[in-house]
Amino acid sequence: MNADLTHAHIEDVVRNSWGRVLSILMSHLRDLELAEDVLQDALIAALKSWPQSDIPHIPEAWLLTTAKRKAIDRLRHTQMHHNKSAEIKMMAKINHQDHEISENAPFAQFKNEQLSLIFTCCHPALSQAARIALTLKAVGGLGNGEIARGLMLKETTVAQRIVRAKRKIKAANIPYRVPERQQWGERLQSVLWVIYFIFNEGYTATSGPQLSRKDLCLEAIELGTTLNQLIPDEAEVAGLCALMLLHDARREARCKHANELVQLEDQDRTLWNQKTIKQATKLLISALSKGAIGPYQLQAAISAVHANASHFANTDWAEITGLYERLYQSTPTPVVRLNAIVALSYAKDAALALSALNELEATGALSEYQYFYVVKADLLERTSQISGAKLSLTRAIQLATNKVERTFLEKKMLKLSNK
Amino acid sequence: MQYLLLIYAAENSGPKPDTPEFGAMFQGYMDFNKETKAAGVHIAGQPLQGIDTATTVRVSNGKTQTNDGPFAETKEVLGGYYLLECADLDEALAYAAKIPTAAWGSIEVRPIMELDFK
Repeated sequence: MNADLTHAHIEDVVRNSWGRVLSILMSHLRDLELAEDVLQDALIAALKSWPQSDIPHIPEAWLLTTAKRKAIDRLRHTQMHHNKSAEIKMMAKINHQDHEISENAPFAQFKNEQLSLIFTCCHPALSQAARIALTLKAVGGLGNGEIARGLMLKETTVAQRIVRAKRKIKAANIPYRVPERQQWGERLQSVLWVIYFIFNEGYTATSGPQLSRKDLCLEAIELGTTLNQLIPDEAEVAGLCALMLLHDARREARCKHANELVQLEDQDRTLWNQKTIKQATKLLISALSKGAIGPYQLQAAISAVHANASHFANTDWAEITGLYERLYQSTPTPVVRLNAIVALSYAKDAALALSALNELEATGALSEYQYFYVVKADLLERTSQISGAKLSLTRAIQLATNKVERTFLEKKMLKLSNK
Repeated sequence: MQYLLLIYAAENSGPKPDTPEFGAMFQGYMDFNKETKAAGVHIAGQPLQGIDTATTVRVSNGKTQTNDGPFAETKEVLGGYYLLECADLDEALAYAAKIPTAAWGSIEVRPIMELDFK
């Protein structure tokens, strides 16, 4: 008996095992709705029984056995009503002993199941919003309420998205398996996109008062790390992990006095987590050595140059400019171009960067993009064009949706007005 | 499981007749038919006449109303279809990507609803 075992603790343990157990259940049941329902049943059983018996040695094994038993109960129940042979077959499959979790290396043999779950949740046939919610729920084990809070959505919206996605998986027969290698291009891109979206959503909340929602960042890092363990030879997966870790290492320095944004150049670099930076840099170097360089590795490399500079003034801007040029070749988006221009302004000078920025502005692609005006204001200020800088900053403030960022920009405006 | 692959493209957006591109498209469709038949997934598939031949019928309050043209004015029009028997959506999507019109139009993949009349 362990009376100290709180519900919150048990829920935490179950949540950590959720994706792994669900993936194995799915390989038997092939029905996400049913698999989630019986795993939820197993959670309720755990809340009752673990305080008596303590947390099992391998919680996943306990949950799997219990969930399987619940599945058989449920299937038996439907079978009595419909007498369908499909359910009998399913029961035979569940009872089959192939899928026991072994004591040593509990999950080594379930790589395929775990990958299948991730690929199915991130299937490009699902809407992007659905992929995000479903991945957080099925793989991350988050509840609808947690997802809603994290993504700043209504709980009913999240629930609806998940229900719709599951319905499509079933009706369109979206397969539960790892795609063929030749389809990995688009499929893995989608998985990486979902994970990085979750991270970014946590890192800079698009709306609302708080700048960083730590839980979503950690969840995304967890998802990335799992994926990297499952497919260690995919360089872009490691690149994404390194990128997220490098951002995360600087999180503490990004904010001061609870909710005040601190720009890279003003950050107290002693607050950067050197252990994480080292870990990420190592991960990145090994990824780059695989010779399959892609946008995530390049972004991580840019981040690593920043993270490994002892002062802002010591930043190797020439290196960063070169990396942005390579990134622009593979991902020719206006946002990448904008970042390249910022790097150029430090590598060469602000006037040169400003003329490049004017060219970019002429395309009209970033006319609604807050950071474009922040950059423009900065370059104008650095070339002593104060009234123009104020105009750009005003536009940036209009476009800012995050309260912390808006406050930051308003303070900047105040400083500019005193010049 | 059966999937209907609906082939959409803007009218006259494909290769023009008597061009090498037209020959390539034609060959592409021949190859697609051959491949899907050889794989045993082909159930049916036909191109449609242009929308200038379309007629729309509606019945309201027991009265039939007949109109010239497709039911909705859209940029892309239905130009043909395939009905394929595939193991799952991934297989259907892989075939959809091989339909020549996918290069300038789009292919909508819809699962067929299975009704149990027993």
